[in-house]
Amino acid sequence: MSPKEPFVRITRRESPFTRALLIRIAAFVLALIVSALIIVAIIKVNPVKVYGSMLDGAFGSKKRSWITIRDAMTLLCIAVALAPAFKMRFWNIGAEGQILVGGLATSACIICLGGSVSLPLLFLLMIVTSLLAGAVWGLIPALFKARWNTNETLFTLMMNYVAIQLTSYFVAKWEHPYGSNTVGIIPWDNSKVGWLPNMFSHGFNTDYGWNVLIVLAVTVLMFIYLKYSKQGYEIAVVGESENTARYAGISVPKVYIRTMLISGAVAGLAGFIAVSGASHTISTSTAGGRGFTAIIVAWLAKFNTFTMIVMSFLLVALEKGAAQIASDYGFNDYASEMVTGIILFFILGSEFFINYRLVFRGSARKEAE
Amino acid sequence: MEAENAVRIVNISKTFGSIVANDKVCLDIKRGEILALLGENGSGKTTLMNMLSGIYFPDEGQIFIGDKEVSIRSPKDAYDLRIGMIHQHFKLVDVFTAAENIVLGLEDRERLSRKAIAARVQQICEHYGFDVDPNQKVYNMSVSQKQTLEIVQVLYRGADILILDEPTAVLTPQETEKLFTVMRNMKADGKSVVIITHKLHEVMEVSDRVAVLRKGKYIGEVATKDTNPQALTDMMVGRAVALNIERPEPKDTVERLRIENLSLTSKDGVQVLKDLSFSAMGGEILGIAGISGSGQKELLEAIAGLQDVTGSIKYFPPDGNGGAGVELVGKHPLQISRMGVALSFVPEDRLGMGLVASMGTADNMMLKTYRDGHRLFPDRKPPNRLAKEVVEELEVMTPSINTPVRKLSGGNVQKVLVGREISANPTVLMTAYAVRGLDINTSYTIYRLLNEQKKAGVAVIYVGEDLDVLLELCDRILVLCDGQINGIVDGRSTSKEEVGLLMTHLRKEESE
Repeated sequence: MSPKEPFVRITRRESPFTRALLIRIAAFVLALIVSALIIVAIIKVNPVKVYGSMLDGAFGSKKRSWITIRDAMTLLCIAVALAPAFKMRFWNIGAEGQILVGGLATSACIICLGGSVSLPLLFLLMIVTSLLAGAVWGLIPALFKARWNTNETLFTLMMNYVAIQLTSYFVAKWEHPYGSNTVGIIPWDNSKVGWLPNMFSHGFNTDYGWNVLIVLAVTVLMFIYLKYSKQGYEIAVVGESENTARYAGISVPKVYIRTMLISGAVAGLAGFIAVSGASHTISTSTAGGRGFTAIIVAWLAKFNTFTMIVMSFLLVALEKGAAQIASDYGFNDYASEMVTGIILFFILGSEFFINYRLVFRGSARKEAE
Repeated sequence: MEAENAVRIVNISKTFGSIVANDKVCLDIKRGEILALLGENGSGKTTLMNMLSGIYFPDEGQIFIGDKEVSIRSPKDAYDLRIGMIHQHFKLVDVFTAAENIVLGLEDRERLSRKAIAARVQQICEHYGFDVDPNQKVYNMSVSQKQTLEIVQVLYRGADILILDEPTAVLTPQETEKLFTVMRNMKADGKSVVIITHKLHEVMEVSDRVAVLRKGKYIGEVATKDTNPQALTDMMVGRAVALNIERPEPKDTVERLRIENLSLTSKDGVQVLKDLSFSAMGGEILGIAGISGSGQKELLEAIAGLQDVTGSIKYFPPDGNGGAGVELVGKHPLQISRMGVALSFVPEDRLGMGLVASMGTADNMMLKTYRDGHRLFPDRKPPNRLAKEVVEELEVMTPSINTPVRKLSGGNVQKVLVGREISANPTVLMTAYAVRGLDINTSYTIYRLLNEQKKAGVAVIYVGEDLDVLLELCDRILVLCDGQINGIVDGRSTSKEEVGLLMTHLRKEESE
């Protein structure tokens, strides 16, 4: 009797691009099938209709499509903001706070200066102050890391709470109408000064062309910055090994600080887009957890800013779809989020099969024969 | 008939992705012998032995212990079959004591009493001539003590077949001698000992039989008494290789670096370098010997501007305009290079300091020069050209100049690094363990390159661990012991024993 080999073993492999793509597509299809089974088993409705309803929720009308695009762009902007920090292995999980302070700066501009300065100047001020506010929020943890080697994960996380408290303070200060505990739509005179206008027609909120333009511009610039510039090279070296960076004569503290200024500033800009380009108000939920969702986007895209476009759309479309089936079928949100969860699980899990192969008992011998 | 073989390996194959690590290897290990498993790096020695010790599972082939076919699926299976392996990188828990490490992972069929363990450890130690304190914590141990502990651990578990993976790489000549004595004791006890190595003189000294692997294939075996180093090398490399290192006479040597009263205290308050003073001359190779962790790494890093040291490091440029010399202490690497000091440094940690592991050869070429040219965007043409040159001249095996260097083999990684450092036209070239883990061919390529630099008038500093090489290659050898210079000897007239002694025994302050 021949002794038994283990039932299954894991071996490494290199996957060429086409196989990696096929595995990802297969994972997505498999996720849809598994979700369908669960939908049938638990909720007892036709899964094809459920998927149709999800699509409808995300892209069912022109308005819905624009909303999906708008939210995907905001998420993309945050993910792009994280890219340089993550490439440097600086775990900036403080985008949430950086967005909030950027949004606060934008709101302050609209509330205090709306109507009293010219519109171009107002926009310039909103953009500059939101960039600066985000940059400061990114700078503080970087300074501490550079000077005392503090843990940036905890530090950036804590900075989120500071930003939330700061926002609460201003929400109380700017409360409108009195007693509502919200800031309301700003500016309060309904003049819509400081709103990002439509690009393709007059008015507001029927297309979000400017959001798209601004975010895509940032995305392209960031791609070039990271891939082709000297500073991008330095970021990659520092991220790979601080010792190598020092060996090459790169000042590691300087790179930390410079990169976090950029990362924070772009997240601050996302705050500007969220306020001026979407919600037209400020509250502690302006960031709404997107600072964390963007981390998933950045990782799924492996810090490639162009892949992030796809990932942002995927996540936002899933979210919109989930909300739609919740209302169409009267589920609570958790049931629909299960579908989102299953799809994400399969996409992330597919990475394993791209990098590894399972060898089952006897198959190696068969192959050899 | 009771099998004479303790282990029979029949037609074992193992592949990792597209790499064939072992290709139908057959090997017998006899009872009561010391078998040397010889082969270059990447020839599959460790992979083969890892399959015996349960780390890997073979893709095909059979393993017999005695005359029974077995399947070794985990290290525990291996222990049950009385096979024990001492790995190159120790697998000990630092915060545990020796005794705790020894019993770690054993199933407690009975209650373990510390006394009983200590007694049993004592017994093993006396029997084979070890020296282990059961209550000593691992983090307080020297490298050789840790290795001893690993061997005792394996013996404690009752191993009859011991596999030692390059055990002497981290030992001084004296410690190596001690280890060989222990191995002979184990052999006398009827145990089978396999020593994985690529050092020929060790093979000749300790083994009974030699089995040679090359590129994953079993080449053959010979009785040690019937062979010689040259024949073994030819088997190992697959063709005749000249085994002597050239040492041209230094000419026109000039002082290039003068180090005076150099001291370094680490962050934990340990004095790593104590009051070093010496000179490095252009046109010679200065060897630096010492047991690992004697301050070699810190000394080179200090010269490169990566350590906060006190004292003085003076650099005298070859054009003679330096006059009293340029002071390097207190400068960081960028300042040093901007002062026109052409310093090249091949650090010990190739992928963690010398290169960026995730980048390709081309991007690594511009690690020190990317600042040139355009203000925002580096010029990628010169590094690309240089990468192609290095790949071609040093025969670097890489799919393309953009393949991450992490994916290259150790030898090729080193060629990329050395190629870049030499292409910078240095006046001082420092190398730390430049041939560690490299095959014979690559090692000799590196020696040749160093000699070329020496002939070109470069001050070469060579930190090495293989005393045979140091003695053959270097003009002078500086011996570090515990962060101090314990002597500078002439490479042509010194002996291995003298250097070995200087490495381990600090000379008392003699009247000078």
